[in-house]
Amino acid sequence: MASADAATVRGVTSGAVGLADLPPSPAVWCSGLRKRYGRRTAVDDVSFTVGRGEVVGLLGPNGAGKTSVIKMLLGLVRPDAGEVLLLGRPSSDPRSRSAVGYLPELFRYQPWLTASEVLDLHVKLAGADVPRVERRQCLALVGLAERSGDRVGGFSKGMQQRLGLAVALVARPELVVLDEPTSALDPLGRVDVRDIVLSLKSRGVAVLLNSHLIGEVERVCDRVVILDQGRVAASGTLAELLGQREVRLRLAGADQRAEARLRTAGAMSRSGDWFTVQLASDDDGVTVPDLVRDLVGFGVRVHAVEPVRISLEERLLAVLRHEEPSHEEPDKPGVEP
Amino acid sequence: MIALTVAALTLREAFRRRVVWALLVLTLVLLVLSGWGFSKLIGLDTDLGTMTSGEARLIASVLLNLIMFGFSLIAAIGTAFLAGPTLSGEVESGQALAILARPVRRSSVLLGKWLGLLTFGCGYVALAGLAQLLVVRWAVGYWPPEPATGLLLLAAETVVLLTLALLLSSVVSPMASGIIAVGLFGATWVAGVVGGIGGALGNEGVERVGSVSRVVLPTDGLWRGAMNAFQDPFALAQMGQGEAGFPFLSDAPLTAAYLAWAAIWIAVVWGLTALSFQRRDV
Repeated sequence: MASADAATVRGVTSGAVGLADLPPSPAVWCSGLRKRYGRRTAVDDVSFTVGRGEVVGLLGPNGAGKTSVIKMLLGLVRPDAGEVLLLGRPSSDPRSRSAVGYLPELFRYQPWLTASEVLDLHVKLAGADVPRVERRQCLALVGLAERSGDRVGGFSKGMQQRLGLAVALVARPELVVLDEPTSALDPLGRVDVRDIVLSLKSRGVAVLLNSHLIGEVERVCDRVVILDQGRVAASGTLAELLGQREVRLRLAGADQRAEARLRTAGAMSRSGDWFTVQLASDDDGVTVPDLVRDLVGFGVRVHAVEPVRISLEERLLAVLRHEEPSHEEPDKPGVEP
Repeated sequence: MIALTVAALTLREAFRRRVVWALLVLTLVLLVLSGWGFSKLIGLDTDLGTMTSGEARLIASVLLNLIMFGFSLIAAIGTAFLAGPTLSGEVESGQALAILARPVRRSSVLLGKWLGLLTFGCGYVALAGLAQLLVVRWAVGYWPPEPATGLLLLAAETVVLLTLALLLSSVVSPMASGIIAVGLFGATWVAGVVGGIGGALGNEGVERVGSVSRVVLPTDGLWRGAMNAFQDPFALAQMGQGEAGFPFLSDAPLTAAYLAWAAIWIAVVWGLTALSFQRRDV
């Protein structure tokens, strides 16, 4: 099945005239990735897709296999099984990385080169034609304009990470892979990274973001893939993952009829005067007003109605602690024949 | 194209890390000292009387080989310790991640590293060796019979060692690869000397030690070819058969078959390195 899908995507990207109008292949498509280090299984049957222009967050605890997955996508680590297509090309083909920018978790650049020389090197390696002005702008974007002529060896960790960000962005990428991009940055730097990711998104550049900072992921990502013990524990859009909204109501005089009405809106729990109702993810926005109208009709006094939104952090913890059923999205290439 | 970019980067590293300047100073000191020493050879008072210019040239021929060995040692150690950290060091530090995530083939990156190190090592051997030949010519008027062949063989010896260091660098830690490469270089030279002594004593078993080591690692064989190209053709005859095991004289030029084997050795080891680097997780 995976091979057939891969063949389909390859077929679409082969440039046949009749297929020119079809949407481009996904920025990342991987299926059934597996990797073992000795006896330890680091990655086990991981599949997901990053669409063009989409920002996808990769979340999970330490040792979940996030960096291994990223390295397999980029051809840095050989998967034991599975397939990867980057921008429509198999990852075994170096050209698949022509328009890919990467900031590694372990960022280290030639200490004997200056910041601008590091960018020059990566522009050459990428085979890109990027004018000098644009390279300078790239350094300015990450706050290194004043240090462009300084040797990297004298940079702090935060500055090296900023340089890594510039390296990832300099060759006009269509896909940017950021592995813990803010691990060495101060709060100001984190905001800069968030702005850069949002700017990439607005320009239609796909981003795969691995970060421990859940708030960061929640703010910028369209979709999230949660890895746990090398497997995809949950994945989906933020709306899908966080869609289990709740509403809390403080009611007086609620009888069995009122409780039955509450249950029709969703799973209900009670604590004294407080009633909590879980709303469906596809709620069209009329459930709560209709509920309140009916309760008032039953003679119930409604003292308070509070929407409760589950944060990504709560959802992540729930998934990792197996407190609720995970729901994986069916992975398939984003291009249909 | 990628290979040339990486080769230029490797050379730039050698310059920026001041490896080149350190070698330049070391070489200048060696050249000045050897010039001074050689100039003292003529008219030297020995127990056997004052040395004639002919005897001085003979001694100069032997001493030249000794000093050339010094240069080849410097070049070998220099390239081995540059080549050692180049693959495994960059993988360990994380420098390789950003580079290998670019649209590059690992074999191109390896070729670039190899070409850069080759240029550095061979350039050093050629320039320092030529300077030494000129110093000897100035001091005692001795000019070797085949200076270009000698320098080329010294350069080839450097290429063999740096190729070995690259292979080791793709499988073991940076420090270990440098140490093992230099250790093997030294061991092969010693085995060559032992083999020479065996030959002089007519002991075939001992002589075979040198022959086998020269096949396993061609550094010593190439070095002996270089010595033969540098030494006075009459030196060996004058030293007498009993001195045939002398480590700074070579009794025969290299055969075409041995040179072909050295080229095959380099190609095979390079291929193994490419294979090992290709399969390595970074």
